[in-house]
Amino acid sequence: MTDLLLIAIGSALVNNVVLSQFLGICPFLGVSKKVETASGMGGAVVFVITIASFIAGLIYKFILAPLHFEYLQTIVFILVIAALVQFVEMFLKKAMPSLYNALGVYLPLITTNCAVLGVALTNVQKEYSLLQGVINGIGTSVGFAIAIVILAGIREKMEYNDVSESFQGTPIVLITSALMAIAFFGFSGLI
Amino acid sequence: MNQCSERLYNGLIKENPTFVLMLGMCPTLAVTTSAINGLGMGLSTTAVLVMSNMLISMLRKIIPDSLRIPSFIVIVASFVTIVDFLLEGFIPSLYAALGLYIPLIVVNCIILGRAESYASKNPVLPSIFDGIGMGLGFTVGLTAIGIVREIIGAGQAFGYQLLPIADVAAGKSGYVPVTIFILAPGAFLVLAGLTALQNKVKNNAKRKGKKVVETASCGEGCASCTNSACGGKVFPAGNEE
Repeated sequence: MTDLLLIAIGSALVNNVVLSQFLGICPFLGVSKKVETASGMGGAVVFVITIASFIAGLIYKFILAPLHFEYLQTIVFILVIAALVQFVEMFLKKAMPSLYNALGVYLPLITTNCAVLGVALTNVQKEYSLLQGVINGIGTSVGFAIAIVILAGIREKMEYNDVSESFQGTPIVLITSALMAIAFFGFSGLI
Repeated sequence: MNQCSERLYNGLIKENPTFVLMLGMCPTLAVTTSAINGLGMGLSTTAVLVMSNMLISMLRKIIPDSLRIPSFIVIVASFVTIVDFLLEGFIPSLYAALGLYIPLIVVNCIILGRAESYASKNPVLPSIFDGIGMGLGFTVGLTAIGIVREIIGAGQAFGYQLLPIADVAAGKSGYVPVTIFILAPGAFLVLAGLTALQNKVKNNAKRKGKKVVETASCGEGCASCTNSACGGKVFPAGNEE
């Protein structure tokens, strides 16, 4: 139990996926203008990464590893993730329209979010069990959600600030992320 | 042959993927802790880009339009796997430094973006040169960011000590490295500085009434980067509304 908790805290706060591993920078910078859309994106990422790390772990443990096809992992994982996102989208549309309305727009954007593939590959690299892998997935994606919601909150406040011309847009967002990354260093003492 | 040199110029300067288009931000931020890592990542990406551009261009008349993106992903992923194993076998030190980011070349927007917007519509030779141009542009970008971070963060460039490091205990004066620059926040700071510089140049050019290449990527809204090149269209049939 303790090791699961350590994995979850480690991937959510200490090795935050965006701020220290730089995975999923695109949506982090692109969809963080408003807290509402940022939390939608965060929710969708949590949803997809949790399912994806489970399915990818399942495929690796029961198909690739017994047949010694480990070298195909990159190809298999990216196709599984792409298909999974489409499938989740279709399933949500039919079965849970309210959830689809909340997350639907963000789902296609997630296919190329490198965090999803990153988690699947890290799970293999660190030789996590299926359960540990899913916990790592949840931790990582919650870390992403935390980071993107905080950044969106700061950006909403920053709307009213007088930023010098050259730093408007992306540069000031990057500086904000740098400060957040420094703040997240504080968590490194947790584990 | 003229078209080929034009492609090289386009990739290296006019549409430089790092500084102008701002594509492939994840590896740009993650692996540029030193110049040599940036160079290694850039060259690995170039190798994948050239090979995938070549193969996709060869197959452009065979691949059916609706299966385009999944086929591209399979082709790119195959070459990434090959590069992954070559690095592991021949340059283990670089493999250890780049780690997870080598398989993640698959989701680099530059590669699928070039496949979609150039290689799938043009003959083989220009496509190869397009891959070389874009790849070298990316390499130059990564190496430049890597050099800046390494000099400020460790006083080194390509592992050679440029600035003598201060040693307080021995009473030796010298450069005190700003370690934060080779840590995670430094990546954001250096990139912020570079984009601000680029904005300044662009704003000046706009004031003089020149036409400017607009950045078509992440900073401006993810839809253009993720949606047009890679996501969204992966299995188009199920996705139309």
